[in-house]
Amino acid sequence: MNEFMHMFSFHFMQRALLVGGLISLCAALLGVSLVLKRYSMIGDGLSHVGFGALAIASALHVAPLAVAIPVVVVTAVLLLRLSQNSKIKGDAMIAIISSSALAIGVICVSVTTGMNTEVSSYMFGSVLSLSRSDAVLSAVLSAAVLLLFVLFYPRLFAVTFDETFSKATGTRTELYNTLLAVLTAVTVVLGMRMMGALLISSLIIFPALSAMRVCRSFKSVVLCAAGLSLLCFTVGTIASYLLDTPAGASIVAANLLAFCACSLIGKI
Amino acid sequence: MAILTCKDLCFAYDGSTVLEGVNFTLNAGNYLCVVGENGSGKSTLMKGLLGLKSPDRGSIEFGDGLKSTEIGYLPQQTQLQRDFPASVREVVLSGCLNSLGRRLHYNDEDKKRALFNMERMGIEDLQDKSYQALSGGQQQRVLLARALCATKKLLLLDEPVTGLDPIATGEMYNLIKLVNLCDNITVIMVSHDIHAAARYATHILHLGQKQLFFGTSAQYRESALARRFLGGNRI
Repeated sequence: MNEFMHMFSFHFMQRALLVGGLISLCAALLGVSLVLKRYSMIGDGLSHVGFGALAIASALHVAPLAVAIPVVVVTAVLLLRLSQNSKIKGDAMIAIISSSALAIGVICVSVTTGMNTEVSSYMFGSVLSLSRSDAVLSAVLSAAVLLLFVLFYPRLFAVTFDETFSKATGTRTELYNTLLAVLTAVTVVLGMRMMGALLISSLIIFPALSAMRVCRSFKSVVLCAAGLSLLCFTVGTIASYLLDTPAGASIVAANLLAFCACSLIGKI
Repeated sequence: MAILTCKDLCFAYDGSTVLEGVNFTLNAGNYLCVVGENGSGKSTLMKGLLGLKSPDRGSIEFGDGLKSTEIGYLPQQTQLQRDFPASVREVVLSGCLNSLGRRLHYNDEDKKRALFNMERMGIEDLQDKSYQALSGGQQQRVLLARALCATKKLLLLDEPVTGLDPIATGEMYNLIKLVNLCDNITVIMVSHDIHAAARYATHILHLGQKQLFFGTSAQYRESALARRFLGGNRI
């Protein structure tokens, strides 16, 4: 218990819990729409692009988030546009872009700094990697994601459930798809500092899938996913501190347990 | 009074014409059935009427103050929707999307309209049920209620009875006819079921990459085209 209280006395832990909590919330909300629209792989693809951008930024000695956020946002919009129009279909396009970005990132790292702890923290995440300015930026952007989601909730539901109907009744579906892509991109970049490029997509997909096992209405799925995401994040982070395991991996493990539990409950 | 007038409509994909020479006028309260084989241009015409595809030639005019965004559309169901976690109320309420305007959320009036349309379709007891747990016939009634939330004047139904059993099919046709007669809502239905079309609809539009026939059901039954389409059997 003493050790438990001691944990919260560290500034970096307080910061990690606050920022991570906000990001988990955003990821879970967006995840519901993404999973239902069969866009689950976008999170994964974007995180690899994010890794490439971070690697280049660190090689050039510029602020990592300032480079990664615009690059990933542009990629997200392109992915969405291309998957609608081009001859290469969405999933193949994501695979091409994500592996290419990872390759460029790895090449960039190996010719400049080599595999150091900073690069490793991009791959697998680190609670310690959150600087004060990162934390502020993350908090502001997460708040924006949450606000936009709440404001446009009826439209996001309609566009997710039936894009053709929404379009026919005069909703600008491209706009909302783009909004979804941009918000996802921002969340992915912010989340990958802590979760790591390889694990961030689980933060988007797991809570939605778990919630869909037990809830039957859209609103309850959204609320349940948000709650589960926060719970798993907190449990994972605390476990990582107490057991000395990597934070990102511990959070994914907590999500996996929650998914198994929800699947069991859903079966009953 | 004409609610819809199509003049010399022509649609093309990548330069190749898929539908041409469509000329017809519908009055308020008409019930039009669009028939034709696969690839005859039925879906293209639908997209045109909904404003999802612009015609290469010709014009679509709505009368009576109707806008293309005020059409109650019932699309064909996709696999994705069948396992979508949403309550019946959420789905029906999303039909009020076009009356949101600048508002961000649905108001009491929208909710009342959703409830009214659920009652009309006899699904008010199901409103807290999950959409994915319903039978095919119930799901179609939910989507019809949603379409009715979106319109006061014109319903556009894309093969609304596909995959339904005979009883549910009959119920669906009766509900559509009821809405058409009681509320004077114009109905345009794309269908493969030519027998039902001739029985329920007031007008028939037969397409085969161009307009092969437009007229009343009675005229259609007498036409040589109908006899050929039906394989020699008169309806």
